[in-house]
Amino acid sequence: MSVLVVVEPDEAGEGLSVVSRETLTFARQLPGGDRLDAVLVGAVGDPDDAALAHCREHGVGTVHVSDDDRLERYAARAWSRVVDAAAGASGAAYLLAGGTPRGNEVLAHVAAARGVPMPCNLVAVVQAEPLEVERQVVGGAVLERVALGADGGLAVASVAGHAVAPEPAATPGAARVERVAAELTEADLAAQVVRVEEREGGDTSALTGADVVVGAGRGVGGADQFSDVEALATRLGGAVGVSRVVTSLGWRPHHEQVGQTGSRISPDLYLACGISGAIQHWAGCSSSKTIIAVNTDAEAPMVTKARYAVVGDMHEVLPAVLEELG
Amino acid sequence: MTDVLVCVKRVPDTSGEVVLTADGGGVDGRYAGWTMSAHEECAVELGVQVAGETGGSVTVLTLGDEDSVEQLRAALAVGAHEAVRIDAVADDYGPADVASAIADVVRAREADGSGFGLVLVGNDAADTGDHQVGIRLAHLLDRPVVAGAQEVTLAGERLEVRSSVSGPTEVYDVPLPAVLTVWEGGVEPRYPNISGRMKAKKAQVEVVPPGAAPQGSGRLGLRVLPPPESNVEVLGEGAAAAPRLVAVLREIGVVR
Repeated sequence: MSVLVVVEPDEAGEGLSVVSRETLTFARQLPGGDRLDAVLVGAVGDPDDAALAHCREHGVGTVHVSDDDRLERYAARAWSRVVDAAAGASGAAYLLAGGTPRGNEVLAHVAAARGVPMPCNLVAVVQAEPLEVERQVVGGAVLERVALGADGGLAVASVAGHAVAPEPAATPGAARVERVAAELTEADLAAQVVRVEEREGGDTSALTGADVVVGAGRGVGGADQFSDVEALATRLGGAVGVSRVVTSLGWRPHHEQVGQTGSRISPDLYLACGISGAIQHWAGCSSSKTIIAVNTDAEAPMVTKARYAVVGDMHEVLPAVLEELG
Repeated sequence: MTDVLVCVKRVPDTSGEVVLTADGGGVDGRYAGWTMSAHEECAVELGVQVAGETGGSVTVLTLGDEDSVEQLRAALAVGAHEAVRIDAVADDYGPADVASAIADVVRAREADGSGFGLVLVGNDAADTGDHQVGIRLAHLLDRPVVAGAQEVTLAGERLEVRSSVSGPTEVYDVPLPAVLTVWEGGVEPRYPNISGRMKAKKAQVEVVPPGAAPQGSGRLGLRVLPPPESNVEVLGEGAAAAPRLVAVLREIGVVR
């Protein structure tokens, strides 16, 4: 029995993404997790040294890669064929990926092709025999217990971001690179990215990768009231994030939205200003290392859940903070 | 002419406290109210736009009991033309069951010559967060599928689809018929006007029986996480709290 994990390279080229390292850490808790393989798709050819070093550190025995250059541009169904073939080659009983949009999409193709279930957003192993796991539902406010792998076929599941902290394995793996061949059809490539458009300030990567996020909610008051929020984000070298109501009102673009249907962030500091802290917003920011709330309502959920709070109008507090910072 | 099917789900509105049913098997909507998933509100809007461009129609579909007609009427009020309810207990259906039931409806329409060129599904429901109904549906129908769609442009029998869900905008060019799973953010769902509401109120909702018996979701139980004990340290009130707040920023290392 072994476990196969779909891993993604880090965008900055520093090995594997944090989510992938978290998923490898989670995978080692499963039965057979001491026999861990990885499959790296979308990076045709040999993985770079940093990615291999991460694989070794996390106990990966074999890293499956494809040489098919048709896979360089994202095509979820084609990528899933490689993952499926790697699952066959490694004899895996469990197939995991990080619960990112891409991880969920590729896994869903594997699960659909094989006709097996796919619980998403696992957060914990409840018991090993028979294997039962918990997953996040309702934006993380509720945990659902499900059996995994009970039918004996390949068990497919995604792991929620920050379910565990990435930890190296007790014993490093060999991280041998093996080629995996998958027969691709035209249907597998029918939905493939044909081009990528960079938009200045228009993608979510700045927000999800920021060490500091200054968040703003309905309490900001209007589309033209963001100057203090922007100034503080700039002063702290961070990014602006907003609640869903702010995007729904058309005050800010959706790529700045933090929450269940926006970005999930995990900065060192989340400074939440004028945000009440609905479940859907909390789902996107609860992994922040430190949360500071600024709100006129001392009983707002964002205030009671925060580590620190200032009770007051953000339009009075933020200018004073900027002045204090100099 | 592109006829569009938009699939929506009745979900508890969980912007407040979440309460489970007495048996712990589901979320008790009596305390929360009900709504349509956010992604699906955008799917309805995209469907209305695509059909409007080509003189096609929008059919909105849900799987659920009589109460789920509320969400169908919400879609009818903003421009959907027809509504279909698969008469079933939604909690008994796992994502594979739902995909199979939708595929039955699509195939039945194809058989009577009124098939859907485009099927739109929310990327994932606000309650179960399954991320797979649309993809399973595409496999069952042998159609291409793009997940995370936010904007679409019709070009004859092809569709240009844009998604910014994973970072920079990714553009796909797919042939019709196709399936898209829609992600919130590319379009602004419209509000219903009075005539839309009136029309929706009077509209007939077609009720169809489900096909195969559901296999279920594999749910063994639910539990609500207890609210964490508040350990908030209030730094002060108003502008006077700024020095203490800045001291905390220095302490945690985000200001040097």
